[in-house]
Amino acid sequence: MKPAAFAYLAPRDLDEALDQLAEHGADARVLAGGQSLVRLMNARLASPAVVVDINRVPGLDSLAVTNGSGPATLRLGATVRQRTSELSPDVAAHAPLLVEAGAHVAHAPVRSRGTVVGSVAFADPSAELPTALLALDGRVVVRSRAGERTIEADDFFTGAFTNALDAGEMVVAIEVPGSPPGTGSAFVEVARRHGDLPVCGVAAVVTRSDDGRVSSARIALCGADERPVRARAAEDALTGSDGGADAVAEAAARAADGLSPRGDCHGSPDFRRHLARILTGRAVSTAVHRAAGEA
Amino acid sequence: MGETTAPEKIRIGLTVNDVRHDLLVEPRTLLADLLRGDLELTGTHIGCEQGVCGACTVLVDGTATRSCLVFAAQLDGAAVRTVESLAGADGTLHPIQQAFHENHGLQCGFCTPGMLMGACELLERTAEPDPDEVREALGGNLCRCTGYQNIVRSVCAAGRTMTADRNSTATTTATTTATTTNGAQA
Repeated sequence: MKPAAFAYLAPRDLDEALDQLAEHGADARVLAGGQSLVRLMNARLASPAVVVDINRVPGLDSLAVTNGSGPATLRLGATVRQRTSELSPDVAAHAPLLVEAGAHVAHAPVRSRGTVVGSVAFADPSAELPTALLALDGRVVVRSRAGERTIEADDFFTGAFTNALDAGEMVVAIEVPGSPPGTGSAFVEVARRHGDLPVCGVAAVVTRSDDGRVSSARIALCGADERPVRARAAEDALTGSDGGADAVAEAAARAADGLSPRGDCHGSPDFRRHLARILTGRAVSTAVHRAAGEA
Repeated sequence: MGETTAPEKIRIGLTVNDVRHDLLVEPRTLLADLLRGDLELTGTHIGCEQGVCGACTVLVDGTATRSCLVFAAQLDGAAVRTVESLAGADGTLHPIQQAFHENHGLQCGFCTPGMLMGACELLERTAEPDPDEVREALGGNLCRCTGYQNIVRSVCAAGRTMTADRNSTATTTATTTATTTNGAQA
């Protein structure tokens, strides 16, 4: 199969891109790394009339940690490649979870072109990076001709392959807030083959206070529902606990509460719930140890 | 949205295997199809057309890239290297090709162009990769014949050969430089 015909636009700056998105509305798709979009277009699962290629828009490839008045924030622009992110010392220091989760995404040639923001915007319910962003309490920065707004990751993923963008808007960056001292994270998944989308995956971010108690826990799952979701019952079980084996087991036992996984040839709903519990136990256990500085 | 006029073609300048091409391409033309159809470089193979099999891997500005997941229109000013760039004009095999030959790294040959270009990128970055590094780098390239063992062996062998070649060249160059130290070298 080959893509259906479309008009190709290559805006030279962000204003031009936003004008084009405003003009063409739902007929237009933003092209960044293209590792999801072009695949869909080849299969004619997507046939946009207009493709807005943002790769030549200056500034969107910036990857920076900003130390404003508040805590440090990691900001990844819309054309930052996954490979660039995974090799960045800033990302490794600020949000190692993004690196750990990103290593599971496809293979190097795909990550060399594919973007972190593109994966987030694509909102595949099985994908690793949206789930990592959710666990990291990240934000999505979107722009339109009307201006800029920031959407919490918690509110961004509205369903399978759907997000909270309005017509004429595009994601210009994601932001990851800094973690307090005593924070550890982990990502684990089960996939049929290395590089495949996971059947189920779990991202956990755990912060322990000086007395060793878990002061906050964010656990996010992919492949476990219609969209990347928080395992709130598991978070509640862990928060305030001593982070010991019993607490981890309790969190794991509750990880599938309220989930509605879809069954397919890779796993039944029950199997995915099972994986959600097992993998939550592993991810949380690792995150707790890392929070205590035990690697 | 009914069919109206055909979308405007895009003018690009593209360097392929050191040859500059000025091209007028349809927006929907994939790099893989441009290479095979327009430029008649049919060494690049198209397997799945969805980025899964890796057979169409080429180097775009030195980076291994799925040529089925990039539109040619995106590549104005880029430099592409395909499998045709590997062997010498006289047919002398590139050390990577030679290693595949010697280690039975191919059988039907369909996946081989992608394997070779992926190996090219890896060996640029890591001169003598261990088998695990080869498996990681080529993990996205599917082969239905060989079972991969010989491919991994081939790439490791190519790394050793190329390092040895570089070392002997470096020795030669050092000798040459030493003898021309007083010469009028720019």
